[in-house]
Amino acid sequence: MDNFFNDTPDYKFHLSHPLVKKIIKLKENNFKEAEEYDFAPLNHDDAIDSYEKVLEVVGEICALTIAPNAESVDKEGPKIVNNEVVYAKGTTENYKALYDAGLIGMSFPRKYAGLNFPLIPYVMAGEMIARADAGFANIWGLQDCGETIYEYGSEEQKEKYLPRFNKEGATAAMVLTEPDAGSDLQVVNLKATYDETKKVWLLNGVKRFITNGDADISLVLARSLEGTVDARGLSMFIYDRKHKAVEVRHLEDKLGIKGSPTLELVFKNAPAELVGTERFGLIKYVMSLMNSARLGVGAQSVGIADAAYREAIKYAKERAQFGKEIIKFPAVYEMLTNMKVRIDAMRSLLYETIRYVDLSKIYEDEKKKRKLENEELIEMRLSLKIANVLTPLIKMISSEACNVIAYESLQIHGGTGFMKDFPIERIYRDARITSIYEGTTQLQVVAAIRGVTTGIYTGQMRYYDKQVAEKNVALQKILQEMTQEYNEIVAKVSENKTEDYLTFHAGRLVEMAGNIIMGYLLILDSQRDERFEMSAKLFIDLARAENSEKFTYINKFDPARIEWYKNFS
Amino acid sequence: MKPLKIIVLAKQVPDTRNVSTDAMKPDGTVNRGKLPTIYNPDDLHALELALNIKDRVPGTEITVLTMGPKRAADVIRESYYRGADYGVMISDRRFGGADTLATSYTLAKGIEKLAPYDLVLAGRQAIDGDTAQVGPQSAEKLNIPQVTYVEEIISLNDDEIVAKRRLENGVEIVSAPFPCLMTVHESSPNCRTRVAKRVMKYKYARTQTELESKSTEDYIKELHEKRNYLSIPEWGVEDINAEMKKIGLAGSPTKVKKVESIVLTAGEAKVLSDSAVDIDSMIVELIQNHTIG
Repeated sequence: MDNFFNDTPDYKFHLSHPLVKKIIKLKENNFKEAEEYDFAPLNHDDAIDSYEKVLEVVGEICALTIAPNAESVDKEGPKIVNNEVVYAKGTTENYKALYDAGLIGMSFPRKYAGLNFPLIPYVMAGEMIARADAGFANIWGLQDCGETIYEYGSEEQKEKYLPRFNKEGATAAMVLTEPDAGSDLQVVNLKATYDETKKVWLLNGVKRFITNGDADISLVLARSLEGTVDARGLSMFIYDRKHKAVEVRHLEDKLGIKGSPTLELVFKNAPAELVGTERFGLIKYVMSLMNSARLGVGAQSVGIADAAYREAIKYAKERAQFGKEIIKFPAVYEMLTNMKVRIDAMRSLLYETIRYVDLSKIYEDEKKKRKLENEELIEMRLSLKIANVLTPLIKMISSEACNVIAYESLQIHGGTGFMKDFPIERIYRDARITSIYEGTTQLQVVAAIRGVTTGIYTGQMRYYDKQVAEKNVALQKILQEMTQEYNEIVAKVSENKTEDYLTFHAGRLVEMAGNIIMGYLLILDSQRDERFEMSAKLFIDLARAENSEKFTYINKFDPARIEWYKNFS
Repeated sequence: MKPLKIIVLAKQVPDTRNVSTDAMKPDGTVNRGKLPTIYNPDDLHALELALNIKDRVPGTEITVLTMGPKRAADVIRESYYRGADYGVMISDRRFGGADTLATSYTLAKGIEKLAPYDLVLAGRQAIDGDTAQVGPQSAEKLNIPQVTYVEEIISLNDDEIVAKRRLENGVEIVSAPFPCLMTVHESSPNCRTRVAKRVMKYKYARTQTELESKSTEDYIKELHEKRNYLSIPEWGVEDINAEMKKIGLAGSPTKVKKVESIVLTAGEAKVLSDSAVDIDSMIVELIQNHTIG
């Protein structure tokens, strides 16, 4: 039977990474919950077995329900009926299947009706769902909002809202963007005023481009301190749809991810609960929410890329021209192999990132319960630092790559791909948003450049380099040379104090770092599973050429020319 | 209404819908080692119908009964994952080689041991034999009414159950008193999915035979001492008071004369005119090759 988990051995492979053992042990607090919950794991192997069995259920739902519904969901889309969003029929079926299987709230603690899974299997589920239907992956992925309630909400809020995900199949939305506050959320203007008589916060104002905006539980960013104009006046609120105090004013008609409703909302004296501390809304909570969402888009992009690749290879094997299947032509098989190689590389970076995020989040959570050992504190800070620079990196690299892969897959389909007859037409449109929402690629660079300037990326390169086995010395040498070249050019850019110079080249530097890191990760993967040997070799070939081009461009670049760029367009 | 006790008959079958080239031996028999096993599809429909009744009548208990070799315990686990309350295996080498008569006798003995019960549900037929006989024969042996080809339960109360039957030329709505047996048609709703928490809760459910197997980890054995619900009862000939002459090969009057491997090939098309001569010759040919007549 078709199953998206069973047909992709990479998931089991990434679950078997050595660091996962530590993550599970911490997450399961030495497996103590088995006393209290009959579904909690007894040991590491038991936990892995549970993740695999549950992911198999996800994989089955993806193959038998979500993927077959994707076409009709894309055509039908959601609609507004009586101020409420009605999903396409397939979307409702998809969500019900996941809810019936008890999968909503996968990563929440058992106390709040969740499965207490680490992020790794949760992200794998997201990736499979995105492969089945990228638009639907948003509706699934917004349960991340529960994570934020768990991290920053009061105990009362956690008990009130979190169990609703698993028990009632509650949906969620991140309500941040406004007509004049897109990438720059500091200027959010939706008002939150405290009503002294009713003892409740009331929200008033307009939000725009809100994915799944008519959800059961919404996290809303609002200005709680009147008269302020920057981030310091913003707080985070929970709005419960039961209050029916929001007008669903407009449903966007989009290029892709059509099954996922994007709405304009008008809050009219909508009662809301403050999350955490007032005025920490943007600077702390949205940052956390955004990071989860970026990982979500990372996983979504890998899923889209995988879907596009599979469509391409299927078509290339079936389609014959000039008397043979088109996969036999060099121009086609080169594209296909590069797709596969890039997917292996970005999936490896995705789960590497998730492991650090998992580790840092679990330590954060532990810190609230007990005093951490010194070593643990050091590891917590280090993993957080690495997670913070790998998160924008994976978001940027995988979203850009999934667009390229979808483009090439459509190209392999030829004219047929341009018609609505094959799934690639939808996949191509769905891919386009990934490099825009949850922070554009250009904004990911702004976050990721810290990995370059602080030396965290170089630190990771060194850390991976030490783990390279003897047999891979030839590949290692290439990566060492690439690292040297990268360090050299980073030093050169950093020395020059011309205004905008670093920012001008930031994207190039981040991509160079990403290429080296992915090269190392593939070598390390190949040391655990020979399936990745070919990907490591071929990826490093590509990466070397790309880095060399960037090196040459930056090296030969006259900083004075930035002025030309500024004024020419 | 008062809760029901439902017994679902389920069978593990080779996955004949995903047959690879080496799935048949040259002599035409099934190469079971090469075929993955699955929960018989119609039986999953029967389980869904039981779960649907449980949704409508809270407190209803579902017991899944299966007969087969020890690996058939997978069917019991799968049933737990989807919402069944109990599972029982009938497994004994002496039951081997049973045809539908011996099988239905054996199942009926198992059902009697589970008595009292209100409703027995079975899939219409299994994909490995396609006889559709086991359900009806079991009802006869139990001397209870039977309703075959059930697609939907229209209503039920303490006295009767009303079902819609899917027939070749339409539907029929019939009522039956309790206890009764129903076979469930594939046009009924698909079985609900496995539930994550139940998968994790019941994944170590084992029969005694499985538990004693060398490959079973010690922690699973320890867990069985603490969690009784993980133990799947395994009944042999004596447990169900079966008569030896009615079970296994001895109890099976069906004799396989010959098994042929049929390879379907498309012959050349023949074009006939509408003249009387052509039609006559075609009829003669069809009678001769036993296609008609």
